[in-house]
Amino acid sequence: MDDGRTSAIDVVRASKIYRRFSHRKQFATLKSALLSRSLIKNLRPDETFTALDDVSLTVPKGRTLGVIGRNGSGKSTLLKLVAGISKPSSGSVRVDGRISALIELGAGFHPEISGRENVFINGIMLGLTKREVTRRFDEIVEFAEMKEFIDAPVKTYSSGMYVRLGFAVAIHVDPDVLLVDEVLAVGDEGFTHKCLDKFAEFKRRGKTILLVTHSLGLVERFCDEALWLDRGRIKGSGDPKRIVGAYITDVEKREEQELAAGDAKARESASTVIVSPDEPASAVLPDNPVETATGPADMFRATEGRWGSREVEITDVALLGADGQAGHVFQSGDPVEMRVRLRAPLPVEDFVVGIGIFNAEGVCCYGTNTTIDELLPERLHGDADAVFSIESLDLVEGTYKMDVAVHKMDGYPYDYHRLLYTFRVKSRAKDVGIYRPRHTWRFSGDMRFKPKP
Amino acid sequence: MFHNLAQLPRYRGLIQSLVARELKARYRGSVLGFFWSFINPLLLLLVYTTVFAYIMPARFTGGDEPKPFADAYPYSVFLFCGLLPWTWFASSLNESAGVLISGGNLIKKVLFPAEVLPIVTALANMVHFFFGLPILALFLLYSHAPVTPGELLWFPVIVLVQLIVTAGLGLLLAALTVHFRDIRDILSNVLTLWYFATPIIYPWQHAPDLGKWFLNANPFTHLAISYQEVLFFRGPFGHWRWLLALGAASIAFFLFAYFVFDRLRDTFAEEV
Repeated sequence: MDDGRTSAIDVVRASKIYRRFSHRKQFATLKSALLSRSLIKNLRPDETFTALDDVSLTVPKGRTLGVIGRNGSGKSTLLKLVAGISKPSSGSVRVDGRISALIELGAGFHPEISGRENVFINGIMLGLTKREVTRRFDEIVEFAEMKEFIDAPVKTYSSGMYVRLGFAVAIHVDPDVLLVDEVLAVGDEGFTHKCLDKFAEFKRRGKTILLVTHSLGLVERFCDEALWLDRGRIKGSGDPKRIVGAYITDVEKREEQELAAGDAKARESASTVIVSPDEPASAVLPDNPVETATGPADMFRATEGRWGSREVEITDVALLGADGQAGHVFQSGDPVEMRVRLRAPLPVEDFVVGIGIFNAEGVCCYGTNTTIDELLPERLHGDADAVFSIESLDLVEGTYKMDVAVHKMDGYPYDYHRLLYTFRVKSRAKDVGIYRPRHTWRFSGDMRFKPKP
Repeated sequence: MFHNLAQLPRYRGLIQSLVARELKARYRGSVLGFFWSFINPLLLLLVYTTVFAYIMPARFTGGDEPKPFADAYPYSVFLFCGLLPWTWFASSLNESAGVLISGGNLIKKVLFPAEVLPIVTALANMVHFFFGLPILALFLLYSHAPVTPGELLWFPVIVLVQLIVTAGLGLLLAALTVHFRDIRDILSNVLTLWYFATPIIYPWQHAPDLGKWFLNANPFTHLAISYQEVLFFRGPFGHWRWLLALGAASIAFFLFAYFVFDRLRDTFAEEV
């Protein structure tokens, strides 16, 4: 084995700059270019977009590199450069050996002719000779599970069949370097497993794989190395577990900012839109978060909004993580505290503080208030904090919204914040439902499991 | 450029199978299928013959001896000699103009030699031209056209020159249309004008002197005259000097077109 010594892919300081022609967008015609005598001028770009910025990487022979990053981070551009479909604006790309790019499967299929003929033409397009295709034909058809449809015109295929056949041809090109761009998202579970098995076989045979994917689990399990691209730059590379971990943290941080911005916007519009008292509030509520004095007639039809007399005001709501920092993204099972800041300019003796948690479908996951929890109000004056402490946030992954309210015991609202606060629960486990009970499995008899590798 | 050009022979397997695919796909689903390759030129011929023999009869001098164009057959044959190659030429250019855009998936998603596409277009239309030849041969036999084996040897040369001209223009149009989409719309009108500026429905001798000068500047004139002289007119093939000159020029033009295509190649994946 000469692993590590010779490299299969060498990208040296490659940048890709896409030019945008805004003039040409408006007058994209030869005639107008000639008439205005600005043919040359119009061919000059007005603005540029840097899709890849000074990226260098080396993939040794026989290694599998996973490329991760948010949408638009340059992953596919990188793959196209390595595939040779587009050229870097600067820098160089060198690939050693036959490449097969699973970028768009079945890209060259002609809809009118049969699957059989398309397999041949596609194979030849991908660099095989006619004889090589003939030799591998049965294997291709079997892999694609297309035996009975292979002589039907491709236009009659379902999209799954189309992609399966395209994948089967591309994978049977027997490349030295395999480039994969998020193609495992298509096809059913069974086919996905088959593809993964095929990739594993490639790995065993010492082929080099470059995998672009959003499936972080796949990168952790399958890749020898990971590369994290962010806005066209390499933000990290190395051990998949470490890179994926760093990436997840970054994604959470961004989500955090987005949620905070979204909540701020919702609250701002809730306190600026004023509706005249005669207008039935529920008529406008579904579209606009509004502030009214009395609240909507049917509270549960309300989407977002704020209403109440403000004799007691909610001045701030924050979700605090284990570290005491306010945040919007939590891991399932984390301890969380919800801090409600109240202000009562005059002392009040009749008050209830309530909290409700709703999931994205609007289902109430949990709701309680101080009265339900058998706390009777005595006195509230000035600034005060009510902290609702959750020992363990046992919700499944998803986005949740919160109602926070302070009102009289008979329901008269002081300040009602409807769905104005958003938080997201993250989880590595992809369980379903709303609530995750603390659980374990126990087995008896001759029944054994082994942990997932 | 020359490096890429040298690669071209390596794609012959690909070109071959793509031409076969074009031909198969074209008439897939129609009742008459392949027969359209024969029927189409026949119908076209019928239309022209009806118009120029019966609706607005043309006076016609063929070869050396002037004869009034009374019977429809010789004129049809004369027309056919120019019309069939023109159909190959015109439809190749029309299709080439859009071929990179319609094949955008290949260029953007697969490592694919783009120059193959316009070349395949020229070749596929050439095969259609060949399908029309038996019909032409029948007409020639029926009208006792003075075809001699010696002259017929020139026929493949004419076809080859036309192929190079067509492929060169196809490459150029394909590459430019990616950047200027409206070439496709301009092209159909230019081709109509070009058609009438070529001695196809009238013989070259009928043109006024100034027109002759103009016609000589049109490359397809020499192809049309060559076809007509070899297949239709009596007497030795006198136009061969023009044909060989055009052949040499067309090779130079093809190289120029390939150069332009090669220079623009890297922009295709982004602009298509």
